[in-house]
Amino acid sequence: MINSPYIRKPASVQGVMLAVLTALVPAIVIYAWQIAAVVLVNLAIATIAALAGEALVLKLRGRPLAPALSDLSAVVTAWLLALCFPPILPWWATMLGVLIAIVAVKHLYGGLGQNPFNPAMVAYCAMIVAFPALMSQWPAAGQLDFATQLGLVLGGARELDAIASATALDTIKTGLRTAGATVQSIMSQGGNFGLVSGRGWEWLAPAYALGGLYLLARGIITWHMPAAFLGALAAISAAFWLADPTHYASPLFHLASGGAMLGAFFIVTDPVSGATTPRGKLIFAACIALVAYIIRTFGAFPEGVAFAVLLLNICVPLIDMNTQPRVFGYKGDKGDKAR
Amino acid sequence: MLTALLIMTGIAIVLGAALGYASIRFKVEGDPLVEKIDAILPQTQCGQCGYPGCKPYAQAISNGEADINQCPPGGEEGIRKLADLLGREVKPLSEEHGTEKPKSVARIDEQVCIGCTLCIQACPVDAIVGAAKQMHTVVAPLCTGCELCVAPCPVDCISMVPVAATVETWKWKYPVHELRSAA
Amino acid sequence: MITRLFGFKGGVKPESHKNESSGTPILTAPLPKRLVIPLRQSIRSTARCLVEPGQKVLKGEHIGEGEGGLGTSVHASTSGTVVEIAPYPMAHASGLETLSVVIEPDGEDRWIDHTPLDLRTVSREEALAWLRGCGIVGMGGAGFPTHVKLGGGRGIDTLVINGAECEPWITCDDRLMRERAPEVLSGAMILRELIGAKQVRVGIEDNKPEAIAAMQAAASGLGDAIAVVPVPTLYPAGGEKQLIRVLTGVEIPQGKLGTDFGVQCFNVGTAHAVHRAIRFGEPLVSRVVTLTGNVARPGNYEVLLGTQVVELLELAGPKADTNRYIMGGPMMGTELQSLSVPVTKGTNCVISASPALFPPPPPELPCIRCGACARACPAELQPFELYWFSRAKNFGKAQEYHLFDCIECGSCAFVCPSRIPLVDYYRFAKGEIWARERERLASDQARDRFEFRNFRQEREKEEKAAKLAAKAAETRAKLAESGEAPAQPAEAEDPKKALVAAALARAKQQQAAVTPKNTDGLSADVQAEIADIDARREKLNQQDADKAP
Repeated sequence: MINSPYIRKPASVQGVMLAVLTALVPAIVIYAWQIAAVVLVNLAIATIAALAGEALVLKLRGRPLAPALSDLSAVVTAWLLALCFPPILPWWATMLGVLIAIVAVKHLYGGLGQNPFNPAMVAYCAMIVAFPALMSQWPAAGQLDFATQLGLVLGGARELDAIASATALDTIKTGLRTAGATVQSIMSQGGNFGLVSGRGWEWLAPAYALGGLYLLARGIITWHMPAAFLGALAAISAAFWLADPTHYASPLFHLASGGAMLGAFFIVTDPVSGATTPRGKLIFAACIALVAYIIRTFGAFPEGVAFAVLLLNICVPLIDMNTQPRVFGYKGDKGDKAR
Repeated sequence: MLTALLIMTGIAIVLGAALGYASIRFKVEGDPLVEKIDAILPQTQCGQCGYPGCKPYAQAISNGEADINQCPPGGEEGIRKLADLLGREVKPLSEEHGTEKPKSVARIDEQVCIGCTLCIQACPVDAIVGAAKQMHTVVAPLCTGCELCVAPCPVDCISMVPVAATVETWKWKYPVHELRSAA
Repeated sequence: MITRLFGFKGGVKPESHKNESSGTPILTAPLPKRLVIPLRQSIRSTARCLVEPGQKVLKGEHIGEGEGGLGTSVHASTSGTVVEIAPYPMAHASGLETLSVVIEPDGEDRWIDHTPLDLRTVSREEALAWLRGCGIVGMGGAGFPTHVKLGGGRGIDTLVINGAECEPWITCDDRLMRERAPEVLSGAMILRELIGAKQVRVGIEDNKPEAIAAMQAAASGLGDAIAVVPVPTLYPAGGEKQLIRVLTGVEIPQGKLGTDFGVQCFNVGTAHAVHRAIRFGEPLVSRVVTLTGNVARPGNYEVLLGTQVVELLELAGPKADTNRYIMGGPMMGTELQSLSVPVTKGTNCVISASPALFPPPPPELPCIRCGACARACPAELQPFELYWFSRAKNFGKAQEYHLFDCIECGSCAFVCPSRIPLVDYYRFAKGEIWARERERLASDQARDRFEFRNFRQEREKEEKAAKLAAKAAETRAKLAESGEAPAQPAEAEDPKKALVAAALARAKQQQAAVTPKNTDGLSADVQAEIADIDARREKLNQQDADKAP
């Protein structure tokens, strides 16, 4: 027997995931058009690997395939990874990363909704630790023609010197080690910088933001996490920049570089592994921004969002437990926690 | 060397005194474990565990004389709770002590009852009223369903009646998951 | 009067489906073939039956006396003959049966004599007792006795009249307000007087403009104290706590009563019933019920309480593909397991459901903690946390996260993209917690009674011993008087020793008095032998006695 309610909003997990995929489209268009068209191939490889991996594990676990494959959650993970990885990463590396995300991080913890860590970010960190060289070969926008890109992805000879091997974040960090160098001098000498950040790459940021606004409008994500993440990132970078503008890049540079925008709207907002209470979301996202800034500015890795997300994923139960919202009818903090 | 020895001795004396004081000051009264075990037991007082009541069984578990799976009325749930409390493995109900049954209460067939008072004496919770040569009856809300009154009855007029669900006691069932197989 | 509105967090906007049944006036349902009037009118209380099979009753005749603090009277809904007093299924998710009075109408529908109550001549208590005698309970669904709700009324500022009717499909309150607005407001004014409220606010969802207009027209002649306030259409605005919050800004926590915060809330149907009870002396014997859904003639009917759903449905004509029937609204209603259930005071709607109108939910998926439920929850809970805890049977945690603040409105399950039947988990968890509480109380009681019995047995043993000692002392005194036993002062002071001594003395006497009976009927030789042995034993005893100093 079915019990009330007998009517349901036509909402589905599939619908949520489809909205996320739709929101990624503007960024994918910019990526393919301005930076490297081969990203479309990478997306296809990642999608196939994700669906195949998901099907395999479901088979092994004796679970029905259709509902899990059609919910599109694996495709979202795959697309996020493909967008995080360098565009000229060999096909097998992309597949390996996606399989780590789907098999090890998602299904070994029990499948959709059970994973304490963000699958895409665990896979990204695993790959950057396992293949540091491959994972830091970022071509400048439009540097390579499509045939070369495809060749590199499908396993052609890798002439490392032929490839500009650093992102804007990385260039500044390594450049500053030279005595007398300032952020301004580094940004003005190379042809790899655009208006505020990496040439070409910087246009991804508004594209991700556009997709994020779509998700906000659809009610798929709430304003808390993007606002707290971007706000905290802007605040901490502004503080350092105002203190010493020659050695610290501007907040605008930080917001437009690396995974900041992708993170703010698509990674941090992952509901499964993130905080869930309104105040918890603010704390969670702001802390990720702070840790990410510290890693990308002072740490050994070129980008810190992925590590920051994982660190804060661990803290989610603690954050949630201590930020339970007030319950209807209770005054002030009374409804917060256990009486 | 001597100072070191003195310091160490001093520390030992201070700590010893503190520990001694604490052991007196924070002395645990009674045996709370028995109370905790007793709180889990269903208080049927049926004696199926082999002890004359729930409290003695609790005492026996606490002393390590009895196992945790000897209480049929407590059932699996009770064993699980005891295992949780004592940090032991959950094990199935021991068969020699009986099987888990739906909650029942005793009912006296008042036409047959001869008023012998044997059941009244057997009832561990004084849930049977009546007098010698007068008809007896079970006060159902007080009956724990221990069945101790059934055997003494010389005319076999006591039967165990399962308790039917009423609107007050009816419960919603655990929602069933229906994972549809792949089409 | 300008009224400031407060919102409540959460809420959902299901399709309203009000137009199907709101267009036609309330019709009076024809007299049914039989009436099944349950003596249990709510979960909380059952009335004591006052009639016998074969008895003739009149419409409005008292057939059940309410028992306990939450009891109200039960009345015959029409004139006729009581044919049976037997268990019949009730409109409850359990489908359990309850004792009901079955009446066969005589077709005359003849009222018992009834007179209005002049409120000016009676005390408040008498007026409340009058309402109890008229069987007035909340008609919004929960069936809480009105006199009890009014009883705590002291220092009430605002009386809220609930005409929100936020559940989709239901239109009985809408039609009632459109057609009988003066009566509803008259009832509201009576309630106001009884509870001593300063002002009355009638909240009506703004998707019912006709009802708002009718009520405002009727209220215009009643002065400033009463205001008809349109409230935004947002389910569950008609929830008592939510409507009070919207109209007054007051939040009433779980377990507290509105009167503690200076507000009280009644349904428009209740106000109408109060009007009939006071102004005409009519007990509550009928109500307006919406028949809608997959039917040929949807609409509202004035239905006698006790009319069985199966007879009621004939009026609306369910279409062929109807596969189930829902009593109440689609958000909080119950699927009927039997169509023989009767209409009760809380029955506002019967929906005929077809797979096209109410499709079965698609398969359930795992929770992705998206938080849609938390944003929809009008109680501002974290439904997905409650779901995890209830599913894991971690009831303590569920209670810590305020499971019992959940009003089971269904908003969370309505929005869930994984289509998890969330409310089912909360109902399950609540039921288990209540059951455990009952079990705990029962086992505490059993423990106390067992311990008392042991104490009693111990005491009885001691009492017996004391009695025995007293008796022994008495016996010894007697013996001393007759000089047969030497008085031993040392022993006399110790009751135990005295008891033993007395017992010994008694035993000796008995021994002396009783001769072994198995020696009867033996042959002379054997008897002689026994006598010989006895003589020798006597001799030895004598020697022993001599030896001892």
